[in-house]
Amino acid sequence: MLSRTAASLYWLGRYVERAEFTARLIEATLRLDSLSPRPAGAGAWASALSVAGGEEGFAATGDALTAPNVARYLTLSRENPSSIRSCLDMARMNAKSVRTALSREAWEAINRAWLGLRDRSTTGGSQSTLSLAEAIKAEARGFEGALHRMLRNESNWFIRLGMAIERGDNTARLTDVKYHLLLPEGEKIGGPIDRDQWTTILHTVSAVTAYRWLYREGLKPWLVAELLIKRSELPRSMAASADETVNLLNLLGKRTGLQGEADRLARRRQSAISAVTTDRIFAQGLHEYLTEFVSENVRLDQAIAKQFRF
Amino acid sequence: MAGRRAFDEVWGSDNDRAGRPEFAELAQWITETPATELDRRQKAAEAAFRQLGITFAVYGEEEAAERIIPFDIVPRIFTGREWAKLSEGLVQRVEAINAFLADVYGERRILADGVLPAELILGNPQFRAMLSGTRPPHGIYAHICGIDLVRTGPDEFWVLEDNARTPSGVSYMLENREAMLRLCPELFEKFPVRPVDGYPDALHETLRSVTPRTSSDPVCVILTPGHYNSAFYEHSFLADQIGIELVEAADLEVDDDIVWMKTIDGRVRVDVIYRRIDDDYIDPLVFKPDSLLGVPGLIAAYMAGNVTLVNAPGTGIADDKAIYSYMPEIVKYYSGGEAKLPNVETYRCREPQALKYVLDNLEQLVVKLVDGSGGYGMLVGPTATKQQIEDFRAALIAEPYRYIAQPTLALSTVPTLTEAGVAPRHVDFRPFVLSGANGVTIIPGGLTRVALKEGSLVVNSSQGGGTKDSLILADGPGGGRL
Repeated sequence: MLSRTAASLYWLGRYVERAEFTARLIEATLRLDSLSPRPAGAGAWASALSVAGGEEGFAATGDALTAPNVARYLTLSRENPSSIRSCLDMARMNAKSVRTALSREAWEAINRAWLGLRDRSTTGGSQSTLSLAEAIKAEARGFEGALHRMLRNESNWFIRLGMAIERGDNTARLTDVKYHLLLPEGEKIGGPIDRDQWTTILHTVSAVTAYRWLYREGLKPWLVAELLIKRSELPRSMAASADETVNLLNLLGKRTGLQGEADRLARRRQSAISAVTTDRIFAQGLHEYLTEFVSENVRLDQAIAKQFRF
Repeated sequence: MAGRRAFDEVWGSDNDRAGRPEFAELAQWITETPATELDRRQKAAEAAFRQLGITFAVYGEEEAAERIIPFDIVPRIFTGREWAKLSEGLVQRVEAINAFLADVYGERRILADGVLPAELILGNPQFRAMLSGTRPPHGIYAHICGIDLVRTGPDEFWVLEDNARTPSGVSYMLENREAMLRLCPELFEKFPVRPVDGYPDALHETLRSVTPRTSSDPVCVILTPGHYNSAFYEHSFLADQIGIELVEAADLEVDDDIVWMKTIDGRVRVDVIYRRIDDDYIDPLVFKPDSLLGVPGLIAAYMAGNVTLVNAPGTGIADDKAIYSYMPEIVKYYSGGEAKLPNVETYRCREPQALKYVLDNLEQLVVKLVDGSGGYGMLVGPTATKQQIEDFRAALIAEPYRYIAQPTLALSTVPTLTEAGVAPRHVDFRPFVLSGANGVTIIPGGLTRVALKEGSLVVNSSQGGGTKDSLILADGPGGGRL
């Protein structure tokens, strides 16, 4: 496989995952917004921007921090390099340049998602923003479905590797932005606002029902944190992303004979996550832990690029 | 077209649409299928093309402008007899083209014998003098030709252009057929249509056959300028169908006159490159130095005999419009017989007498730039405005050697779905001819382009043309049926 093809597939995976994450973030934020008494709503959108890493970019547009403005910035804005539209542009560009490595179905899912957004100029009201997010999620699911029916070979694994790396990064950032909710200090917790906020986190990673299954008790912030970090049963947890990264690198290594720094970093991360306890994370500082995870993820990304000669 | 009714391939030339008897069944299908149903199917096909991303970019428009080429649901049919005759002519022509290229880059016998004026070749920008004496592996230059044919009557076919560089459009031949099989299966029950889906394998076989290294399994690749190129879909489609890598220039490197591609496993040696990049851009060390699309050192590797380029560099001299008018002489010189496919009569404006005739008859002629393509730089006299004609007159007087002129042909029409129902529209035809170490192969099919505007003769996709499926029929038992 061409090195360029491998790189494009990997980034295709990352961009699709990022687009889908942003869609779920918007969905959850809209829900939080409509549950909250004003002005808590604006806070919800500021927080969403922060999760998506778009605070500075949004401030630069000069737009007021309102629900429609942020929703537009996160979905359709061309100035925002991480908006859903920008992600789909990049995903499609990568997919187009490596079409030969994709099945027809996988390409069509990307192209359909892109066509769906191409002529949208406004997000419309909440209802239409929600259906837009729903459509993006559906196309992303379609893409993953198509991946499962693609040949089990390097093409498939590079895309999924990109998705796994991106997913770990997204969940870590989401958890970090909300960490003050998960580690309340002094103030009275468990009120209605907090519950809604925790639920929002779970919604963003599609884990509301999963939480109930795994914990069978009311929402506890430290359990939410544990779920997002350590529970590999949850596909979007950091632990699951770490496992998947190791497995995919293994498959690639067996096929190509290329193993090295990326495998070492990935395995080290996997065993660290499985060994650490939530108590220890909290004692050392959740924010510090998450920041280190994100940096580790960046190093891993660079090691992958080097190992496969991107 | 001055009131003259063109020959319609299904309905014939009569105004009562009595039609040609061998196409009665198709005429009946057209009559019996409601236009709304045809329209529904056509829209379904176009929606599928858009989803697949079978698009082309229009130069000069915004980068985001990706269009699909309009697809017409009414197919065009050639009988087995018509096809057999065309094939013979195509084989003769393409063999002559390859013999001609081998000669002008070799011994130049044709110049020594005075068949062509030497300065026409040696002074032609399409002639790559530095490649004189370089013989490509297996001696084949134009491995893939797309010969543009037009028709003016039941048995009158003419060659309009020999595309011997990097002809495109074969993906439409294949995708249009897929669409037709899905949307109009009943036609394939009525007619014994010969399949076109063998093309990718035939192309792969052609590429493999011309490898410079016979010692190992040849590594073939398709070289694309990248996904912003207007024909990128076709490049990726072909790579996919054949199962070979689609590479960009940055994926290749030349080391000690050997071409390598960069893969995750390290470097892999490349034997055959089906390049979809023009000569000018293929190697910045030799041709345009600022080309980012090219591979530095590629031409040196080719000249060292270590890689086969498909088509070989320098084939532009064979399909140059200034050479075109000599094709009947060229075919005769190498094949020893008259050309089975005639040329359209052509006035070389470089010749004073011809120039005078052209200037006196601009309203009746089609004038073309010798080095133009895609329907640009062209005057269609009968439909041109006075201003356009005067502009061309001035240009012709200033630089006559840059132009040729041809009579306006009454191009045949084929029934086509229009807003006002099914109506005749002018068409041309591009079959694809493969030349490998084992001879010439023609897949029974081709690209039919149709001018969708009423009366228009310009079929280029960049100028509002569309495409149709072209059905080549198998002869029935005893060779009789159609």
